Amino acid sequence: MPEPAKTPTPPPWAAGGVGRAPDGEAAERVPVAAPGGQPPTRGVPTGRVPGGGVGDSPIRPEAESKVNGAFDYASDLAFEGMLWGHTLRSPHPRALIRSIDTAAALALPGVAAVLTAADVPGKLHYGLIEADQPVLAPGEVNYQGEPVAVVAAETLDLARRAAELVDVAYEVLEPRCDAGEAVEAGEYFRYQPVRLGEPVTADAAVVIAREYEVGMQDQAPLGPESGVAVPTGDGGLVLHVATQWLHSDLEQIAPCLGLAPERIHLAMAGIGGAFGAREDLSVQVHMAMLALRTGRPVKMMYDRAESFLGHVHRHPARMRYEHGADQDGRLVYVKAHIVLDGGAYASTTEAVVGNAASLAVGPYKVGHVSIDAWGARTNNPPCGAMRGFGGVQTCFAYESQMDAIADALGLDPLEVRRRNALAQGDKLVNGQVVDAYDPTRAVDGQPFSPLRDLLDRFADIPVPPIPAGRDIVELPGGTGNTTHGEGVRRGVGYGVGLKNICYSEGFDDYSTARVRLELDGATGEPVAYIHTAAAEVGQGHWNLQTQIARTELGVERVVLLPNDTKAGSAGSSSASRQSYMTGGAVKAACEAVRDLWQGRDLDDGPIEATRVFRHRATKPMDPVTGQGDSHVQLALCVHRATVDVDVELGLVKVVDLTCVQDVGKALNPVALEGQIHGGSAQGLGLAVMEEIVTDGGRVRNASFTDYLIPTILDTPPMRLRIVENADPEAPYGLRGAGEPPTLSSTPAIVAAIRDATGLPLTRVPVRPEHLTVRRPS
Amino acid sequence: MRVTLHVDGAELAAEIDRPGESLLSTLRDRLGLTGSKNACEQGECGSCTVLLDGAPVCACLVATAQCEGREVKTVVGAVPRPVRDAFVQCGAVQCGFCTPGLLVSVADLLERDPDPGDAAIREALAGNLCRCTGYEKIIDAVHTAAATLAGERP
Ligand code: FES
Ligand code: FES
Repeated sequence: MPEPAKTPTPPPWAAGGVGRAPDGEAAERVPVAAPGGQPPTRGVPTGRVPGGGVGDSPIRPEAESKVNGAFDYASDLAFEGMLWGHTLRSPHPRALIRSIDTAAALALPGVAAVLTAADVPGKLHYGLIEADQPVLAPGEVNYQGEPVAVVAAETLDLARRAAELVDVAYEVLEPRCDAGEAVEAGEYFRYQPVRLGEPVTADAAVVIAREYEVGMQDQAPLGPESGVAVPTGDGGLVLHVATQWLHSDLEQIAPCLGLAPERIHLAMAGIGGAFGAREDLSVQVHMAMLALRTGRPVKMMYDRAESFLGHVHRHPARMRYEHGADQDGRLVYVKAHIVLDGGAYASTTEAVVGNAASLAVGPYKVGHVSIDAWGARTNNPPCGAMRGFGGVQTCFAYESQMDAIADALGLDPLEVRRRNALAQGDKLVNGQVVDAYDPTRAVDGQPFSPLRDLLDRFADIPVPPIPAGRDIVELPGGTGNTTHGEGVRRGVGYGVGLKNICYSEGFDDYSTARVRLELDGATGEPVAYIHTAAAEVGQGHWNLQTQIARTELGVERVVLLPNDTKAGSAGSSSASRQSYMTGGAVKAACEAVRDLWQGRDLDDGPIEATRVFRHRATKPMDPVTGQGDSHVQLALCVHRATVDVDVELGLVKVVDLTCVQDVGKALNPVALEGQIHGGSAQGLGLAVMEEIVTDGGRVRNASFTDYLIPTILDTPPMRLRIVENADPEAPYGLRGAGEPPTLSSTPAIVAAIRDATGLPLTRVPVRPEHLTVRRPS
Repeated sequence: MRVTLHVDGAELAAEIDRPGESLLSTLRDRLGLTGSKNACEQGECGSCTVLLDGAPVCACLVATAQCEGREVKTVVGAVPRPVRDAFVQCGAVQCGFCTPGLLVSVADLLERDPDPGDAAIREALAGNLCRCTGYEKIIDAVHTAAATLAGERP
């Protein structure tokens, strides 16, 4: 089997010795296993925890390779004799394919293969939940950018030129682009109602009814989709891919290639960010087909424009909400009508709808609920996983509603949330009891409310003052020199996000870890080897695995073996689940090794254990009432945003984002802060900049010139207050942390803009024209 | 067409068959120097930032044909050790795809301004997109690197 011409990832220098905190502190901590007082010999447990364990922030094992240019991302891989693949995509959102003529493309010198649906060796469709996405369009296309043919050639340029020579005769059809109309017509992937009590409008003192809209956001990871397929010579393949979930890829790829899964080896390539964009397949089946056909390694790599068309997006949403509250601002009932646009194919829409429905009210107590949520099927770009996964859209709506109630009653926005905050023992709208907090934490005889706890912490974090004599770069418009302060108004707003952690609704969610402890042949030191399939997408999961091993085994040196399908499934690096799940699996395997190590000397041979870790079982939502304990763990985050708005030009400058988040237990404070910063910035993007604009199903802004993600100038200082209300059921008490800030920062920023402008603002992203039209004088 | 470049201290020759070939493409695809990243090829993301005769440029926007005899410094050759260390220690690296370009921009900034304030840092790095970090730890890292470099100066 050919080896990569360059070093594959993860790097061999993921070895120990890098695990010390930067300041060299924390050399010894709490003993775990306890042969206390014995002289440490090398082959038996010492009972000490070296630095770089759980709770420390050791340096990432792959950090050095990421700062010296050596870390190989999928797009950096190269193999001897490699061809380049390229995808021909449909220019039409909806069309029939009358014929495809590949002759001219094949005739181009240097072109090795041109394949269409007729060449798919196995099943024609794949998908994460439902196999409905065609490998290559068989007779019709249902969105702009749907793959129609793939080409392999000696260079990428040549492959692109050849693709242009493929002659496809389309019969263009009228696309269905309105998600509401699709639902009316019965075109949807899932409908999920939630019913609780009897919402009666007359019972409320205040009724707030509004419609909200969320635009289509893109994950926009910086690393483009890329990979290399290498034929093994015996009909099998090695696929080097940058994916969030190796085993799910394999399950989808193998049937399409008509190969037994054992014939395909998936090896993780370096991942340049993911945020949900690498859940669905992209290059995988295409490059594999080309490699099988040509017998040569085939690399594919999307450019930015293709990347925007080649992965799913966050579902745009239209939501009609009605909240009824009593005189004190306590919720009496909530009605919600939520339409998410799933686009052309299923992807994960089904699960996104489940989240949108079950989290539709947020972390608030309410006895009467009527929620209807749909995931529509249209000819818009397919939508699926993005950080926040179904929680983001409704969060914008329910938080806007909470502010509107506060406004109507003259209440402080924090107070209205405090009055409605769920507490231990209360139920979510799906009937699930909030139970994962320490029951002894009751306050004044009242059950502990995790949300109230977070809200109260803002009391001693002041809103930043308006500095005297500001430089123009600090004002909206910045160096554009659009104002010297005239027309600029300050606003402050809050947002609360509630996110489910791990996979919900009865999914068999698990992860696998193999840990082997042996003596280093040269130094005689014990070394722990960890083998999992968990994707390091940038979140710091590799580092966490080494920390867990140091804490549980008391060894300093930890070596991570490459992530691949030889390990058992780790599940996806999504749903903020990897610390919980693969962290849990590594912990369990280490504990097993530690037990075996007692009374044994490693001189007698290595010790190894493999463990599969599962979280508590969940239940599907009832299809009629939406009731059922569908979630594993709940995580909360609260943001306060401070903005300056130039109300004459509609320019917004986010001045400060302060975040209070409950993480259960901080396993790696530096990485954790990085997750909160990054998640908050993506929420900022949705609030004021990021939207894939479509027109009749066609994407209008597939570039970083036209799809704006926050730069360092758009992103404010972010103050964090990290709260550790442990979840007794989770490993180390942790709560998944990557997603919740993405939910709460968007409504906080929009609330702040409302505060500054007095406008209702029911749509994100907020654009300048939303602020200058209909402005109250 | 044959173009000779000085890349990170080594003299390298590349055979170019397209007049418009970008420096980024030459570095990555012809010379196998993949330290500089390609995230947009449009001059929008800064992942490909290199120093060309000492000035920061997006390598994706520079034609290799214009680089005959010129000096190119990538993440491999442009970045003082303390800048790398600061990024690593401050947690300024997550997925790391933006990192090579950012490091080159930071090296250039600290060369011009050894002790930049937050505003100067933000202005200097405005052309480098990072999707992971929200930039907070990148700003920390620049301050840390500046302090270390200041301590090293006689
Ligand atoms: S790749 Fe050159 S700026 Fe993005
Ligand atoms: S660390 Fe991922 S883009 Fe910056």
